[in-house]
Amino acid sequence: MWIAVATIAGIALIAGLGLSFASRRLPPNDDDLVSKVDGLLPQTQCAQCGYLGCRPYAAAIVHEAAPINLCPPGGEDTVQRLAGLLGRDVVALANSAQSDMKHSIAFIDESLCIGCTHCRDVCPVDAIIGAHQFMHTILADECTGCELCLPPCPVDCIQLKSAA
Amino acid sequence: MTAPTFDLGTLHGGLRLPILKDESTAQVIQHVPIPSQLILPLAQHAGEPAHPIVSIGERVLKGQLIADADGIISAPVHASSSGKVIAIEQWPVSRRLGENAPCIVIECDGADQAVRLSEPIVPFEKLGPDTLFQKVLYGGIVGLGGAVFPTAHKLMEATTEDLEHLVLNGVECESYISCDDMLMRERAMAVVVGAQILLHALRLDHCFIAVESDKPEAIHALADALTEVQDERIAVKQIPTIYPSGAEDQVVQLVTRKEVPTGGLPTDVGCLVQNVGTAAAVYDWICSGEPLISRVTTVTGDGVVAPMNVVSRIGTTVADVVNFIGGYSERAKQLIIGGPMTGKSVTTDRVPLVKATNCILVLSDTPPIGAERPCIRCGDCAQVCPVLLLPQQLFWYACADNEAKLRSYGLTDCIECGCCDLVCPSHIPLTADFRSAKLRMRELADEKARAERAKHRFETRTVRLEREQLQRAQELMKQKEQIKKAGPRAIEEILERSGKPSGPDKDE
Repeated sequence: MWIAVATIAGIALIAGLGLSFASRRLPPNDDDLVSKVDGLLPQTQCAQCGYLGCRPYAAAIVHEAAPINLCPPGGEDTVQRLAGLLGRDVVALANSAQSDMKHSIAFIDESLCIGCTHCRDVCPVDAIIGAHQFMHTILADECTGCELCLPPCPVDCIQLKSAA
Repeated sequence: MTAPTFDLGTLHGGLRLPILKDESTAQVIQHVPIPSQLILPLAQHAGEPAHPIVSIGERVLKGQLIADADGIISAPVHASSSGKVIAIEQWPVSRRLGENAPCIVIECDGADQAVRLSEPIVPFEKLGPDTLFQKVLYGGIVGLGGAVFPTAHKLMEATTEDLEHLVLNGVECESYISCDDMLMRERAMAVVVGAQILLHALRLDHCFIAVESDKPEAIHALADALTEVQDERIAVKQIPTIYPSGAEDQVVQLVTRKEVPTGGLPTDVGCLVQNVGTAAAVYDWICSGEPLISRVTTVTGDGVVAPMNVVSRIGTTVADVVNFIGGYSERAKQLIIGGPMTGKSVTTDRVPLVKATNCILVLSDTPPIGAERPCIRCGDCAQVCPVLLLPQQLFWYACADNEAKLRSYGLTDCIECGCCDLVCPSHIPLTADFRSAKLRMRELADEKARAERAKHRFETRTVRLEREQLQRAQELMKQKEQIKKAGPRAIEEILERSGKPSGPDKDE
C-alpha cells in the first residue's frame, strides 16, 4: 500500500514541478488571447477607449490589465462577453456612447469640402478618398461611423447619417 | 391515359387544406380588356431592378422594351400594350419589403399596336442553347411560380451542374389558387412545347410534369397533348394533394425521391424545376414572339361576385381586374395578393398585377383566431413541418435571440409554409416570428462581415503607416550620412554658389 501512495505522490510531485516550471519559464501565448479579445470588440476603431484602435485596446487589456468597460459602441454586451472570456467582474460602462456607431455613416457635404485631406489622414480604415484641392468622398461600405473625421475638418462639412 | 401514381417519394408532415377551387374553375379563362392605364414596376423579379430606357411623353408599342435588365441577376420589362409613357414614379405595390416602388405608368391608346420583332421567329430546334438562353433573357421571362427568379439565369446556372431531369411544377397546393390548373387545361400544348424548348436548351432527355391528383382535367389535357406530339421524353406524374407539396424542394423530393440538401438547390440532386406557367411563357416568346406581358391570374374568394381565372396584361391594377369580373361583393373585407397561406395582404386595390401575381384573393371578415397564448410544447408543429424542423424549439431560440442555436436547429431551412401556424393550439404566429428571426440573423451576419472588413482595413493601414515611417527614417538617415561624408566644405560650396559670402554677415 505504501508503494502505491509513494508512486502516486511521486507522479503528482513531478507533474506539479513540470507545470510550475512551464508557467514561469515558457513564454505565454498572448497573441492568441489578444486576437480573441479583439474579436469581441466592435471594430469601429473609434479610439474612444483612449487607445489607437480595437486591436491596441485588446493588447492593452491583455498586457496592461486595462479596464474592460472602456468601449461605448460595444456597450454592456461587450463588457459581459469580455468579462466571461477573461474571468473578470462585469462592471458598468465607464462613459456612455454618444451614438450607436455601428449604424451610422459619415457623409461629406460636397459643396463645402475644401480638399484639405485632414479627414483622410485620420480615418482608421482608409475609407476616405481625396487629394489636395480635390473634393473628398467616403466609401460608404467601409465607413465604421467612428466620428474621428469630425474634429479635424476645418469647415465642418462632415455629418453622420443613419446607415440604413 | 392516366398518369402513374406509384414510385413517389414521401413528404413529412404537411396538411390537407380545404381545396376551395371549384368556383374559380367553373368557367373558361376570360380576357381582361386593355385598361386605360398600365403600371409597370421596375422590380418584378428577384435581383436588381431593371432601369428604364424610355422617357416621359414617349410613345411605346406593345412588346417594346421599356426597362432593361441591370446587374448580374435581373430581367427586362416590356410594355404590355401601346400608349404613351406619362410618368415614372413611386406607386403602391405588393411586396414583402416596402410599400411603394418605382413604376413606369403608361396611358394606353387602345390600339394595342405591337412592336416589330427585331429577329424573325425560327423553329426552336434550329437555335443553340446559348441563343435560346439569350432570347429567354430578352423576353423578360421569370419564374411564374412565385419566386420570380429570372429564368435565363436559372437555366444558365443549371447548365454548370450535372442535370438529369427537368421538372415542370404544376402543383398548386394552396387553397383557392387555380391559375396553373386552368392554364394546363386550356393551353396544355403550350406547356408541352415549352417543355420541349427547355429540354432542347438544356440538352436533357427527361422531363416530369408534376400535377396534383385533384386536377384530373389538367392531367387529361396534358396526356392528350403528349399523345399528339409523341414525345417520349416527357411524362406526367400525379402527386398527392398535400400542402406544401408544390414548393420547389418538396416537388423534387416527391417526384425523384431525392432530398435537396440543406442550403442547396434542386440542381444539387440533378433537377431543374420550372413552373408550368413559365414553360408556357417560354413557348409564347420563342414560338410567337410575345414577351412576358400577360399572365393567368385567379381572382377568387367570397369577397368577389364571380370568382374566375383571367388573362390580364401585366400592369393592370387589381381594381380594373376586379371590376371586369363584376366587382366586390358586399362582404369584401380584406384583399390578399397570393394565396391564403403565403400571400401578402394589401391595403389598396391600386396595386398593379405583376409577373408574380398568381392570385387575387378577396375575403370577407375571417373569424378571429384567438389570442396568442404561451407554448404548451404539444409538438403538433413538429408533426406537420414538411422540412423536419422543430418549430417549438426554434420559437424559444427566436425569443431568446440565440443566433447560434437558431442556425444549428436549421432556421434557414424553413420554407415559411405556415403549416405550424395553422395547427398551433396556442395561436402563436410562428412563421412571422421565424421570418423576423431570419432577418435578424442576416443583419447579424452583415454586421459581422463589416466588423471583419474594418479590422482587416485597420490592420493593413497600421502596417502601411509603420512602413512609411520606417522609410522616412531611413531616407533621413541616408541624407544625413551623405552630408556628413561631404563634410563642412560642401555647405560652404553651396552658399558660394548661391552668391552669398560664407559665414554670417556681421555688418548688418
